[in-house]
Amino acid sequence: MQWETVIGLEIHAQLATNTKIFSGSATAFGAEPNSHASLIDLAMPGTLPVLNAAAVRMACMFGLAVDAHIAEYNIFARKNYFYPDLPKGYQTSQMDDPIVGLGHLDIALDDGSIKRVNITRAHLEEDAGKSLHEDFSGMTGIDLNRAGTPLLEIVSEPELSNAKEAVAYAKAIHTLVRYLNICDGNMAEGSFRCDCNVSVRPKGQTKLGTRTEIKNVNSFRFIERAINHEIQRQIELIEDGGKVTQETRLYDPNKDETRSMRSKEEANDYRYFPCPDLLPVHIPREMLEELRTHLPELPTQKRERFEKDFGLSTYDASVLSASREMANYFEVVEKTCADAKLATNWVMGELSSLLNKENLDITQSPVSAEQLGGMLVRIKDNTISGKIAKMVFEAMAAGEGDADQIIEQRGLKQVTDSGAIEAMLDEVLATNAEQVEQYRASDENKRGKMFGFFVGQAMRASKGKANPQQVNELLKQKLDQ
Amino acid sequence: MALERCDVEKLAHLARLGLDDAQINSSTASLNAAINMINAMQAVNTDGITPLANPLEANQRLRPDTVTESNHRDDYQALAPAVENGLYLVPKVID
Repeated sequence: MQWETVIGLEIHAQLATNTKIFSGSATAFGAEPNSHASLIDLAMPGTLPVLNAAAVRMACMFGLAVDAHIAEYNIFARKNYFYPDLPKGYQTSQMDDPIVGLGHLDIALDDGSIKRVNITRAHLEEDAGKSLHEDFSGMTGIDLNRAGTPLLEIVSEPELSNAKEAVAYAKAIHTLVRYLNICDGNMAEGSFRCDCNVSVRPKGQTKLGTRTEIKNVNSFRFIERAINHEIQRQIELIEDGGKVTQETRLYDPNKDETRSMRSKEEANDYRYFPCPDLLPVHIPREMLEELRTHLPELPTQKRERFEKDFGLSTYDASVLSASREMANYFEVVEKTCADAKLATNWVMGELSSLLNKENLDITQSPVSAEQLGGMLVRIKDNTISGKIAKMVFEAMAAGEGDADQIIEQRGLKQVTDSGAIEAMLDEVLATNAEQVEQYRASDENKRGKMFGFFVGQAMRASKGKANPQQVNELLKQKLDQ
Repeated sequence: MALERCDVEKLAHLARLGLDDAQINSSTASLNAAINMINAMQAVNTDGITPLANPLEANQRLRPDTVTESNHRDDYQALAPAVENGLYLVPKVID
């Protein structure tokens, strides 16, 4: 039987506010346990929440960026469950009237096509604290620093049809929240987490199959692997005559499998009701208009501009617009050297492999955008060849200065004087007289490889400094004489 | 709609309330009385009326995003039955 997969994602993005959603406690990561847990965060009797204006603005910015409906009023609700890292006994969240309604996001797929993914809603809620199950004499340790950190839960429609699309969508949301500066996107610290809802159905069937939810996947690689594993598990289960049960599963990256979380009976009966401690939140239309004017150029717009203005492929344009920092870097290089193609090749080629190798991100690049652009200018004006440029690039990465200094100090200036090149070639041909004879005696289709030999000898003789095009042309003339 | 005894037992469990037999009986009766009142109210035609989210005709006040709380961990933890390394200790829970 042919199977078809349906995936929807729930992404929790921690909002980059200074303080918590309902209290004036700091949200800084990595502080001493419970040092950022105030009476409100501890849910002491008599305390009342007051909503953080920045969290509201950030949620609205996200809504505007995905072209969503933002209602004039939104309402907080209580989601009731008991867990020690949730001191109030309920999570303050949103249910019927979330701050962000239906929107959409266009994502670029690997094959270069664009898919529109609908976003059902995004709502504000508070994060829980952390439970540490190491041995505290048989007890559990609770750190409430994270309790009350503002989260934006972004829920997609079940419209993603495979693990790769799900990852592309998650990456697009990740890029977007970082462009908007509303989330730092740090997955290792849990600032950006993903729950994946996965179901399968026979191809052509319209009714959705029973879904399972894989909780808290915290890297893009794991999202892909967890979903693929879960699809396989569900198909095998059904083909063996079994039935998928709706449940929450955890992905274990070490074993590359998902397993059922101990089933908590009745745990999903959250008994939501409007929170009596919080009044309806009014979003004035003028505030939205004001926020709209502050939106940065968004990743999709940037990608489209890169394609249109610089003639880049969709793939190249999406890599280069994947983060604001990467895009800025590329644009400075492009502006300095005035050659989009050359800039693209170097940023995506040499620079990216250097950063990968050194495990650095673009903001930590040892070669600045101005330096790289400056070096590309020297390729364009024929001061150096592409091959020598790699040497110059390495020297810049090692902190030896700008391209011009390095070219000067190391005497790397390309030889373009055809008289000098000819003299050098004559010498090379004289030293290799035997090969020259062989070359002239062979037929056309054997000459290619032999020609390469002479080019190699010539470049070696010039220590790589001779202009390669000139060497090619002059060598051809001389050999064909 | 009326609540059965088993509904009340389930609700009590969800709310972590330890009700004895007599309390379950009396709770079932009083909750059903409340539900009867709700049923009577639901008979009223409310078409076109926005649900009242809060009896105060006001909007939520927003707070500037500025840190106003300082660290009083030691004071708060003096009240806790068990603490270690700055953590509150609770009976072991694993999901």
